[in-house]
Amino acid sequence: MSGHHVVPFKTNLITFITLVVLTVITVLTAKYVDLGEFNLTLAMVIATFKATVVALWFMPLKYDTWMNRTIMLSSIAFVSLLFVISAVDLFTRA
Amino acid sequence: MSTGKVDRRVEPSHHFDSMIQEHEAGKQGVWLFMATELMMFGALFAGYFIYRMKYYDAWVEGGSLLDWKLGAFNTIVLLLSSFTMAQAVTDSMQGNNKKAFRNVVITTACAFIFMIVKYFEYSGKIHHGLFPGLGVWNPEAVEVAETKLFMTFYFVMTGLHGIHILIGIGLMAWLLKRLKNDEFSKDYYTSVEGVGLYWHIVDIIWIFLFPLMYLI
Amino acid sequence: MADTKTVDSAQSHDSHDGVNYLNETSGLWSWLTTVDHKRIGVMYIYTIIAFFIVGGLFALALRLELMTAEKLFMTADVYNQVMTFHGSIMVFMVIVPGVPAMLGNFIMPIMIGAKDVAFPKLNLASWYCLIIGAAIAVASLFFGGVDTGWTFYTPYSSQTATAVTMVVFGAFVMGFSSILTGLNFIVTIHKLRCEGMTMMRMPLFVWSVYATAILQVIATPVLGITLLLLVAERIFGVGIFDPNLGGDPVLFQHFFWFYSHPAVYIMIVPAFGIISEIISTFSQKTIFGYKAIAFSSLAITFLSFLVWGHHMFVSGQSPVAGTIFTILTMLVGVPTAIKLFNWVATLYKGQISLTTPMIYALSFLCLFTIGGLTGLFLGAFAVDIHLHDTYFVVAHFHYVMLGGAIVAMFGGLFYWMPKISGKMYDEFLGKVSAVLVFVGFNVTFLPQFIMGSLGMPRRYATYDGIYSGYHVLSTLGSWILALGFGIAIYALIKAAIKGEKAPQDPFNGTTLEWTIPSPPIHTNFEQSPKVSGRPYEYR
Repeated sequence: MSGHHVVPFKTNLITFITLVVLTVITVLTAKYVDLGEFNLTLAMVIATFKATVVALWFMPLKYDTWMNRTIMLSSIAFVSLLFVISAVDLFTRA
Repeated sequence: MSTGKVDRRVEPSHHFDSMIQEHEAGKQGVWLFMATELMMFGALFAGYFIYRMKYYDAWVEGGSLLDWKLGAFNTIVLLLSSFTMAQAVTDSMQGNNKKAFRNVVITTACAFIFMIVKYFEYSGKIHHGLFPGLGVWNPEAVEVAETKLFMTFYFVMTGLHGIHILIGIGLMAWLLKRLKNDEFSKDYYTSVEGVGLYWHIVDIIWIFLFPLMYLI
Repeated sequence: MADTKTVDSAQSHDSHDGVNYLNETSGLWSWLTTVDHKRIGVMYIYTIIAFFIVGGLFALALRLELMTAEKLFMTADVYNQVMTFHGSIMVFMVIVPGVPAMLGNFIMPIMIGAKDVAFPKLNLASWYCLIIGAAIAVASLFFGGVDTGWTFYTPYSSQTATAVTMVVFGAFVMGFSSILTGLNFIVTIHKLRCEGMTMMRMPLFVWSVYATAILQVIATPVLGITLLLLVAERIFGVGIFDPNLGGDPVLFQHFFWFYSHPAVYIMIVPAFGIISEIISTFSQKTIFGYKAIAFSSLAITFLSFLVWGHHMFVSGQSPVAGTIFTILTMLVGVPTAIKLFNWVATLYKGQISLTTPMIYALSFLCLFTIGGLTGLFLGAFAVDIHLHDTYFVVAHFHYVMLGGAIVAMFGGLFYWMPKISGKMYDEFLGKVSAVLVFVGFNVTFLPQFIMGSLGMPRRYATYDGIYSGYHVLSTLGSWILALGFGIAIYALIKAAIKGEKAPQDPFNGTTLEWTIPSPPIHTNFEQSPKVSGRPYEYR
């Protein structure tokens, strides 16, 4: 079908290796670097990065339409809304 | 289809003008469904973070009860399955059903390995009285009472994720049958792509679950 | 006249020897396995009207019990169960699927010039999800019923011995129906518009169905997971909402209302779309402020996700969150008022004809305005603490849901009846029903505002004798209301069975569904139409 981008094997392989390397980094930083509270933040930053890599090259939103990107982004935005407003309530109770 | 003959789609369904239009509609439908999956898991993640802020000690203890090596192993297994799935989509877009078939087989195998590891993890936890319900829970097994809440999130979130893996295995079986019948072509590969998107979302959710559960 | 109508109107005359979607194939099986959006729409009409009658009978029983201050014929436990079933049936089985599933299914694809929805089989699956979910929920009557109210609040719902698990699971399955319908409609509107049908040329009903579909897709999954957690809590005793284990029952309310506040817009936004169509057609005038109405639907969609906490002002929510939610709630009034003013401006100097759909639409304007404005009282933190859980809330809710959504739904059913069945309804019966509904509705629910502000609490089977007068009046009103809806349903059935044959465009409407024969053929259009202008271009 014309107009649809075929992701080559090489790109898929590089994506996979990147993800494995990032997983190793996640484990190493969590187990051998003690940052206290900040450990989770770091792990989340790496996880978000990994998820973005999967979304862009495996799914592959990089070659997709803006409509499909918007669908994905808006669901994330609304989840954040649920979290932020519920948290505001739970942490401002007397 | 059952005759073993090649039965490929070349015409769009009656309400579409072209195969491309039908393909794009199908893909957008899958994306919207993925958005609902993210909303559903997202609510659980929101609950997880709220309680983690409230009961940090319980979360630290809960995380230490899980075996991070098994978690890391499963992460790599799922990443591999995502890679082969992405490659299967590439193959079917190029009209190579045989190669796509082999890649989906690897993906399915990874899914089974993942579930077997999960089975051993779950049975270990239940054995140690760490399942938070059905009278299994053993309060002596933990120091902080709210660790039970952590284990609830662990079982609900990984359990729901596991159900998605099982559904994924079912979808793979369906794909394998159709790939074997050589049904897909350069002009029609929507189903492979759709299952691929689903599988990657399942992977993305695990990418977050792994550090949140095992590496806290 | 409208540009939309000048296109291909030659295709639409009786050239196919009376073959249409209704008589193309016959037999019950051909209906149960159909993937035609029009037939699925008709199946929704039958099922939802049936649910409406059942839910209505529960309501009549409640009102009868409330006629006397003391017990009349129901114990308090039975009363709680009847109240729960009335609420659950009306919300989950009638109003949420209501307009999008029946009229959206039938009319929306035709309005955008499509032959069907994007995923016809999924569309049928949605109908089965609704039926199966409803069957599970109603079957719980035989397993101890349920007495939590339609909101299933924890911790009561995780502890009561009644069949909460079944009803909640039923609601979960019906949630799938809603999600799949929404998903289907979004893709249909994005991908299946005919040539020339740009987004800004879509009829306003399509815009409102579109906004609703977004709500369905984004909000319903959160309800799904919340209900699953409740089921897990009941079956396994896991304790996410159990305060004894450190869980937070108010978190259930957050998750529940994150869905259920958008859900009230799932119920009312499609009604807005119907009103836009009816008012424009029966004023024979271009809709005033097309863009404002279209975009206010999307604004409501977005804002509805920011206000859920106004249901929780007295639940132990923090004052900070309460203040934030009060301010955000006031914002929703803006796009809603924009719509109301635009409808009134459309009526101004129009050639108004008081047909049945138009009387329903005008009732809607009155009732919804009252319902909406009292909603602002309730959305204000301080006022709500006085009015919370009184009949004031009950009256507000019914003004919006019954006076708004259901009245518009009946208006829409009468408006599109000639297209759906190919037969005309009896104008006299229709008008009588519309007037009776309007009168009966106000007699039933206006007294409830007064007794609510005096302090009559809701959800009780018996009450202090000082409220007797209001309750008796309200019960009498409920009989007028029931008579009105009874006549309306009779008029619709009578039309379907032996109505006069309807012409292609009986009301001089301008949207695409009036350019094809009544009833339409299986593929809606013989050739895909081409559109070259806005809808509603009367003058």
